[in-house]
Order: sequence, then C-alpha cells, then structure tokens
Amino acid sequence: MTRKFKEVMIRRIFFLFACVSILILGLIVTFLFREGIPIFRAVSIKDFLFGSEWYPTFDPPAFGIWPLIVGSFIVTFLSTLIAVPLGVLSAVYISEIAPRSIKEILKPVIELLAGLPSVVLGFFGMVVLAPWLQDTFDLPTGLNIVNASLMLALMAVPTISSISEDALYNVPREFKEASYALGATKSETILKVIIPSALSGISTAVILGMARAIGETMVVLMVAGGAAAIPESLFDSVRPMPASIAAEMGEAPFRSEHYHALFATGIVLFLLTLAFNLIADYISNKFKEVGSGTL
Amino acid sequence: MVTVEDTRVIYVKNVNFYYGGFRALTDITMDFEQNRVTALIGPSGCGKSTLLRLLNRMNDLIDGTRVEGEVIFEGNNIYDAKVDPVDIRRRIGMVFQKPNPFPKSIYNNITYGPRLAGLNNRIDLEALVERSLRQAVLWDEVKDILNQSAMMLSGGQQQRLCIARALAMKPDVLLMDEPTSALDPISTAKIEELIQDLKKLYTIIIVTHNMQQAARISDMTGFFYIGKLIEFNATEKIFTKPDHKQTEDYITGRFG
Ligand SMILES: Nc1ncnc2c1ncn2[C@@H]1O[C@H](COP(=O)(O)OP(=O)(O)O)[C@@H](O)[C@H]1O
Ligand SMILES: [Mg+2]
Repeated sequence: MTRKFKEVMIRRIFFLFACVSILILGLIVTFLFREGIPIFRAVSIKDFLFGSEWYPTFDPPAFGIWPLIVGSFIVTFLSTLIAVPLGVLSAVYISEIAPRSIKEILKPVIELLAGLPSVVLGFFGMVVLAPWLQDTFDLPTGLNIVNASLMLALMAVPTISSISEDALYNVPREFKEASYALGATKSETILKVIIPSALSGISTAVILGMARAIGETMVVLMVAGGAAAIPESLFDSVRPMPASIAAEMGEAPFRSEHYHALFATGIVLFLLTLAFNLIADYISNKFKEVGSGTL
Repeated sequence: MVTVEDTRVIYVKNVNFYYGGFRALTDITMDFEQNRVTALIGPSGCGKSTLLRLLNRMNDLIDGTRVEGEVIFEGNNIYDAKVDPVDIRRRIGMVFQKPNPFPKSIYNNITYGPRLAGLNNRIDLEALVERSLRQAVLWDEVKDILNQSAMMLSGGQQQRLCIARALAMKPDVLLMDEPTSALDPISTAKIEELIQDLKKLYTIIIVTHNMQQAARISDMTGFFYIGKLIEFNATEKIFTKPDHKQTEDYITGRFG
C-alpha cells in the first residue's frame, strides 16, 4: 500500500513539474501575443509583413518588417549552406571513419564550439573577420551578410554535427554488416546505406541548426551591420529580426506603436522557429515508421 | 582421394583465431564440399559464428582480430595479403541470424550488391531480381510490391529476401548463421525446404542451434566445443553413432 502510494506521489510530482514548464511557456506566448497584436490597429498584417520600409521612429512611422524578414532568411539560408556540409561531413567522419584517437579529440572540440558564448563569436566576427573582409574585398564595411552567415554557421555546425552523429550512430549494425557481406566497400556502405538510413535524423539536425541560426540574436546584432533595407549583394549589411528587436527595445517607449511592432516581430520569429521545430519533428517521425522509407 | 580434392570448395587448415588476446578458435581443420550442406553445431559461445565469419572475412571488420593458419578457397588462401576481402565477400554470400534487409525497396535490396559490382543494365537487373526471388521462393508473394519497403514484410519473408539478396550475387558458397532462429515454425520449414533446393547450385554452410534442423537438412555436421572442432562427420553418423562421447552428450541433450 505504501509503495503504491509512493509511486502515485512520485508520478504526481513529475506531472506537476511538467505542467509548470508548460504553463510558463503558455504565459510567455500569451504575453508575446498580447503585446504584439495591438500594432495591427495601426498597420495591416499584410503591410506589416510585406512593407519594405522599417522607419519606426519617423513621423509618420513605417512598420514594414519585410527587410528584416529578408535579412533573417538570407543569413539563415547562407549559414545553412555553409554549416550543413561541415556539420554532416564531420559527423560522418567522427562516427564512421576517424580512428579512436582522432575521434576523442575532434568530438570535444566540436562540443566546445557549441559551448562558446555567442558574444565571443560576435566579437571575433567584429574584430577579426570584419576588418579582413573589408580590406580583402575593398568594402565600406565588413559587418555584412557574409560575416554574419559565417559566424552563424559556426554556431550551427555543432548542433548539426552532434545530432547527425547520433543519427548515424543509431544506424543498426546489421545494415552495415549486410552491406559489407554483399561486397560493398566502406565508402559505398557509408554513402548508400549508412547516410540514407540516417537521413531523417540528419534532416532533423539540419532544420534544428536552421532554427538555431534564425533565432540567434547576439551574433547578428554584432556583425550583420544593422541596415534595415533589402540587400542587393552578399556584402550588404542587413538587420535580421532578432537584431532589430534587441537593438530597439531599449529605446521604444513602453506600449508605444514601436514597442508593439517589436513584439509583433517577436511573434513572427516565434512562429518561424515553431514551424522549423514542427517540420523537424514531422520528418523524424514520418521516416521512423517505415524504417527511413524507401530510399 | 582425387575426387575429394576436386569437390572441396573451402579448405580450412590449422586455423587459430583471436579476438585481441582471446583465442576463440583453436587449430581448426575441416573442408567443405561442393553442393553439400554442412551444419556447424555446438553450445553457445563455442565459436560457430566466428568460424563462419572467418570464411568470408567478415571478422576483418572487428578491430583487434587475428588469424593464424590458412583458409583455402579455390586454391588460394583468402587471408593472403594480395586478396581483396571485397572479392571474397562477392563470391561467398552470407545470411545473418536476424533478418536484416536494408530500409530500401524490395527491388533495391536485391540489386544493391549487383549494382555495386557493376551491373547497371535495367533489363538484366530486372531478370536478376525475378530469378533471385524465385530461387528464394518469395517471388509470388512480392512480385506486385517490388517498390515497397522491405521493412513491411514479415520476419520470414524478410529472411527469404535476405537469402534472395545474397543469391543475386551468384555466389559459390552461402554462409548462414542461425537463419531461422528468429522465425516462426512455418517460416522455418519454408527456409529449410529452400536450403534443400539451393544445395543443388550452391555449397551451403549453416550454423544452427537446432539439432533436428541439422539432422534434417545437412549432409555433414561439425560439432564444436569451446573453440575446438570435436568431431566432423557425415550427419547421419554424428546423429546415430558419433565417435566422441562429448558429441553424443551434446546431441542427446545432456549438456548445451
Ligand atoms: N566481437 C567479439 N569480440 C570479442 N570476443 C568475441 C566477439 N565475438 C565473439 N566473441 C567471443 O568468441 C567466442 C565465440 O563466439 P561466437 O563465435 O559468437 O560463438 P557461437 O556463434 O558459437 O555462439 C565467445 O566466447 C564470444 O564471447
Ligand atoms: Mg553465433
């Protein structure tokens, strides 16, 4: 009887804690929407999302976040383009190819990269990469899309690498044995059996890496340059959404239109990361059931 | 004696095998004859799988293993430095204990090996798929779903698919490591029947835990105990009048 009582108590306590975190998340989301939605009294959803002018402090102000959205997407896309090959290939190398001694060095190094505070990366981008870009390509500023994308890629690589590595590690030994027994070489086995079997996990890794990049604030605040205009070249400055929120929130008067507009930008960002996570979830579940589908 | 020379496909000569410092096989000498089914029996951990995997160099994939002695396959020692294990594995196929189809379509499971070996002609591949599946008595069950995932098949079907996949390489020898231990009795019966058919074309070496199975399907039986080949004889003799007391004790279920 007492044992059963204990079991029930323990279960309830865990349930309670689970509820607390859900409740807090719920409160934050409610707050976000309550503070963000009032902006749509001043500007329509369409003009807010697709308006190409972001002049929140002008008179009359313009609250079009299209340049910010474009800025966010372009640095996310470009950083993904850089981070995916790096992250996936390093995961393949670590899990399938590297001898134990190299693996034991490489793995902690990549994990260390994940632990690097983003402000340090931003600092590096500002002080080292920006002057180099400026000099080498003869630019007005080294704080631009390329710089931000490279720094974001560095942030996304550990995420992509470690989740991909888990996925590769979980490919059943039996698949590899079957492949070798049919006369496949190691590289054939990696390319035709191991990577396809881990593809759902790798896709999840890529999307979570993207979610990480799109939500990252400090790096883009420091190295993206901050121009709220639609860029025309990769060496232009941009102002991704998180950078805009972080930079302007301090100056926006409480419950002013500018303040509400920044919260609404937060809603957009929240929905985007939510979408990324849902897609990642969907991919990992969908492929799991049929054993990675029929690749 | 000359006829014996001619018909033996694999000849294992004074082989010792080590996992790191642990000797898993001691001084094994035995030969496997063409178009025969040879069963390897013995209690768990006695080295049956190790011997089987030695014959197509699958043990190479495990770090720290070492082979002494020779395994002669068609006149050459497969552990010779100039032999490529990939060639060996293409000619000596293997079926595992647990059915292990790839998470690919049935068709792509069968064509995986042949494609890597350079067969790319669509018509040839289709013919090969049909031939292999027919040999494995699976064709009628899957001919309409060749593009569906192999993971959707039942365990018994998966195992026959794995056999078909091995046969698609047109190997000389087929190694089977307890191929029915994960299957129900009906699937087991199907696979035993299949083995009887296949021995007309292939040399088969099968590890089994099941005495009745060894007695039913094999021509020769080798009994292993703690890494040693205790007795190697015609199956009939092993199961009726074994030379060694240990063999008799094992077969009659006194230990094992
Ligand atoms: N990968 C391995 N590393 C180390 N020892 C192994 C390995 N595989 C098998 N062994 C050992 O070798 C012996 C023979 O194993 P195995 O050939 O699998 O036996 P069986 O198939 O007859 O049950 C056992 O003692 C087992 O513990
Ligand atoms: Mg075994």
